Amino acid sequence: MSKYDRQIKLTEVGPEGQKKLRSAKVLVVGVGGLGCPATMYLTGAGVGKIGLMDHDKVDMSNLHRQVLFQEPDVGRSKAVVAKERLEKQNSEVQFEVFEEPLTIENAENIINQYDVVLDGTDNFETKYLINDACILANKPWVFASIYKHEGQLSVFNYEDGPTYRCVFPKSTRQNISCEATGVLGVLPGILGTLQAAEVLKIILGAGEVLSGKLKLINMMRASEQTIKINKRPEEVEKIRQNGIAPVYIDCDLKNKEQWYLDVREVFEQPKPKGKKVLSIPMGDLTSRYREIPNNQEVFVFCQSGKRSRNAIEILKNEFGFHNLKNVEGGIETIIDG
Amino acid sequence: MKVTVKYFGLVAEAAEKSEEVLELNGELTAMELKSQCLNSLAIADKESVQIAVNQNLDDTITLKDGDEVALLPPFAGG
Repeated sequence: MSKYDRQIKLTEVGPEGQKKLRSAKVLVVGVGGLGCPATMYLTGAGVGKIGLMDHDKVDMSNLHRQVLFQEPDVGRSKAVVAKERLEKQNSEVQFEVFEEPLTIENAENIINQYDVVLDGTDNFETKYLINDACILANKPWVFASIYKHEGQLSVFNYEDGPTYRCVFPKSTRQNISCEATGVLGVLPGILGTLQAAEVLKIILGAGEVLSGKLKLINMMRASEQTIKINKRPEEVEKIRQNGIAPVYIDCDLKNKEQWYLDVREVFEQPKPKGKKVLSIPMGDLTSRYREIPNNQEVFVFCQSGKRSRNAIEILKNEFGFHNLKNVEGGIETIIDG
Repeated sequence: MKVTVKYFGLVAEAAEKSEEVLELNGELTAMELKSQCLNSLAIADKESVQIAVNQNLDDTITLKDGDEVALLPPFAGG
């Protein structure tokens, strides 16, 4: 019996729909809380090709919600582990692994090779980047975001429909991650599964796609509502005319006289301004440690305070720095305003 | 006139409620009501909060009795 018998039985799928699924290509940006359940259902449905994009590694704290990963996977590349697991689930699906972040440089080219983009990211910068690149590549994308017990879901740039910038024209510094707020594993599970459902409807051309609408879900209150959204043509036109609009979110740090060392990657936001803020990503520490002052106190930070702690260990043990202090809690705790 | 205001995400958290009914005097646009509601709340980026009136995203509408206003901050978690 066919692997897809139970879905082919549906009039919305049928043998024709299954062929559509088989020839479809879906790019999943971020294989985390949203991306894990989404890719499992897309793989099960027999989508022809799935792009798995994530530059992150599996952390023990991911396992409660990122259901593709298991304890022995901790420390390994999320995209690679996801491919291994999903291949076992369905050997007919082709997977392409991207162990790199989506950037202004690569976004349009990569997205052009797929039919639909599923947003599994956890930051505003990448959401705007997906949005702008999808406008230029003329592809629909399925958006979801969560905050504690709430989720937002929509399909953007579908058949000339509204885009993310039509709802939220400007990016914000208030980038609050699950790491910072906490989340129950089921919430991204629900949202990621709904995203997969939208992708399947887009591919099949069946049912009603959640375009022009923003669905709001509150898991704790067991409530949901749908807000109608309209296109802001000028927002879309701006991107078509000028290309991807980079999101540079700058901020001031509380103490402008203090030396700071930012060990985050260059694409991480917000970017603090100031003459006494050094930016050296973790991977460049051994080649650039000489730039760090060693005769006065330097506060080292990252997004959460975890990587900066490791950076201090490296700088202390390998290069003899004794003037470094960790910013526990990460950049949000030292931003002014 | 009375309008119902629904709060979402960190706005609900800052307001310490998810919904309230407000008694308004005089004409007020959705944008003016938003400023009034968010004024006393500790929210860093108030501009990013979007407004829906009766489940339609629009901040230019002049409110009328019985309207339901939703204040929607962007989320980024995943």
